[in-house]
Amino acid sequence: MTDAHTAGPFIAAIDQGTTSSRCIVFDRDGRIVSVDQKEHEQIFPKPSWVEHDAAEIWTNVQEVVASAVEKAGITAEDVKAIGITNQRETTLLWDKNTGEPVHNALVWQDTRTDALCRELGRNVGQDRFRRETGLPLASYFAGPKARWLLDNVEGLRERADRGEILFGTMDSWVIWNLTGGPDGGVHVTDVTNASRTMLMNLHTLEWDEKICESIGVPMSMLPEIRSSSEVYGTAAVGVLAGVPVASALGDQQAALFGQTCFAEGEAKSTYGTGTFLLMNTGEKAVNSYNGLLTTVGYRIGDQKAVYALEGSIAVTGSLVQWMRDQMGIIKSAAEIETLASSVDDNGGAYFVPAFSGLFAPYWRDDARGVIAGLTRYVTKAHLARAVLEATAWQTREIVDAMSKDSGVELAAVKVDGGMTSNNLLMQTIADFVDAPVVRPMVAETTCLGAAYAAGLAVGFWPDTDALRANWRRAAEWTPRMDADKRDREYKNWLKAVERTMGWIEEEN
Amino acid sequence: MPGPIQSLARAAAILRLLAGGERRLGLSDISSSLGLAKGTAHGILRTLQQEGFVEQDAASGKYQLGAELLRLGNSYLDVHELRARALVWTDDLARSSGEAVYLGVLHQSGVLIVHHVFRPDDSRQVLEVGAMQPLHSSALGKVLAAYDPVAHSEAAENERLALTPRTITDTAGFEDVLELARTRGWASDLEETWEGVASVAAPILDRRRMPVGAVGITGAVERVCQEDGDIQARLVAAVRDCARAVSRDLGAGRF
Repeated sequence: MTDAHTAGPFIAAIDQGTTSSRCIVFDRDGRIVSVDQKEHEQIFPKPSWVEHDAAEIWTNVQEVVASAVEKAGITAEDVKAIGITNQRETTLLWDKNTGEPVHNALVWQDTRTDALCRELGRNVGQDRFRRETGLPLASYFAGPKARWLLDNVEGLRERADRGEILFGTMDSWVIWNLTGGPDGGVHVTDVTNASRTMLMNLHTLEWDEKICESIGVPMSMLPEIRSSSEVYGTAAVGVLAGVPVASALGDQQAALFGQTCFAEGEAKSTYGTGTFLLMNTGEKAVNSYNGLLTTVGYRIGDQKAVYALEGSIAVTGSLVQWMRDQMGIIKSAAEIETLASSVDDNGGAYFVPAFSGLFAPYWRDDARGVIAGLTRYVTKAHLARAVLEATAWQTREIVDAMSKDSGVELAAVKVDGGMTSNNLLMQTIADFVDAPVVRPMVAETTCLGAAYAAGLAVGFWPDTDALRANWRRAAEWTPRMDADKRDREYKNWLKAVERTMGWIEEEN
Repeated sequence: MPGPIQSLARAAAILRLLAGGERRLGLSDISSSLGLAKGTAHGILRTLQQEGFVEQDAASGKYQLGAELLRLGNSYLDVHELRARALVWTDDLARSSGEAVYLGVLHQSGVLIVHHVFRPDDSRQVLEVGAMQPLHSSALGKVLAAYDPVAHSEAAENERLALTPRTITDTAGFEDVLELARTRGWASDLEETWEGVASVAAPILDRRRMPVGAVGITGAVERVCQEDGDIQARLVAAVRDCARAVSRDLGAGRF
């Protein structure tokens, strides 16, 4: 480090993610001082079951915190607060007295609760709890995962009834251990993580007694729901012992916060393996009639909660990986841009990667992937272009759904994630959405969001305006496509989407 | 014209043999297949091994093709790969320097901008990815011409236009500038391409220490230069740190 930013104080953010745990130390300008990261094992006991060893995760979290603090050359005294962000919905039950998990954590991607969710829908279907929770009954969410554990781990329901078991998403697990575990650890979650359980009422921000009963999760094992930005307790173990633990946010909400989308209508889109768009809808929870989720964006201390609409695209970066690993058309992910740039357009080809059905706004699990419009003229370069366009069109579809639901036109899309290094993709998104695409200077918006929320709670930053002042534009792509061409292309895309539907015939 | 060199022809035959069907072969398999004395085959194999073209399995003692051959075939670095690797470091350079960052590679007889980070002051700026800069007067161009022989011949053989009164156009003066860049490890552009604008750039090297591009900052001469008209030392340090960090990510050793 050659410049002045090693002069503290600092905030440490822990990101307990799906494939790894990371710790990043930030300075007051929001610049990264040091990073450490460690991957954990992905456990696949059966096809489409995914588990994590929560004890391994806690060990890794302690290691990356110690290492990041050491790399920064600082001590606990220099760190004003710890912020937490985490993979959302991943569910763990553990013994309150020993601190031992009763089973591996069930990861958000795990679909073992599919049948349970259908059963819970009764005669109403997947929207049975949507009005209260903002969510459809789908296998991602935590409540049904907890019920599955209670039903399938021997003797667990009895132990839960005796009050020996605690439930939590990964934020709760990390905070409980960090603040002392069996010796006085605080059992809390934040509103954003709680909003992904299907057990919290979005409007009261409290556990919903009726829904907990319907899903079959005893309320006695649930953590206390707190805001996203307040001091929950003090770290009791590790190199940061004595430092306040002062924020928790689900990863996508943390990115919204890190991108400083504090005003109604501001939205961010994170382009990774999949893509998540979140739009701030202010103090009202907006019901979606266009296939989006309603969720809590964040809540700062005693202030009112801020809500968000969320849309996700299942296959974006993973489509590029598929072109590389399964098709062998490119050697590295970055090469997709080189290949796509070698032609001026898609040559008439459209690629709808509905590999496991269509997500927002369609929600069709009978759909499968299609490449439409093939002629002898089409080359692999046209397909590469169609791959990038698929991500851009799906972004457009979600942005359209958000405008319809919220009545707010998107002024700009703030982007982050690995795919933002793809210049052609970013330009294509600007062209298709017909709005500027803006990349901020700190790519690590998830950790930054957790750091920001923690820093606000302890007065390290005075208010959200100070955080906005830290935000720096690194690049901006402005729309350059003429409207007629965009409309024509969009129509073709929608025709291709139509051709994916109904491929899987009804089983039974 | 002299005839073919026997040992090179034999080395080629060994490589072809290892590239065929069975991947791993012992010394006696190789010498008998090619009708060579064991000692001769062993000498050639040892040389190929030193160059990385052949590897010997520690357990079985058998030979196979080495990783260096693969690299020879794949030596071209994709510019989009370069951008992806540089992203974090160039963001940090923009923040620490307060100036716009450009990453360029040689393209025909100029510098193609493959990555651009805005100056972090919230002013209106336009993304210049895809634009070209001159090889003979810009800081990026001088770095490339100093380190990359292909860029050097492009710059040396083409006409060097006087873009401003300060542009260096004569051959001897230009070669002096490149020599200085090689000695210092960086190059500057003091109003030689655009009036009122100064730049500083440093080379990005790959694992074989070949120049694959250059990275630098560009800004108003009043901010970038100190009183005596030279580039501010802290900006030079920041640019070189960034170039080293990207080079390390590409596998270059510490330098």
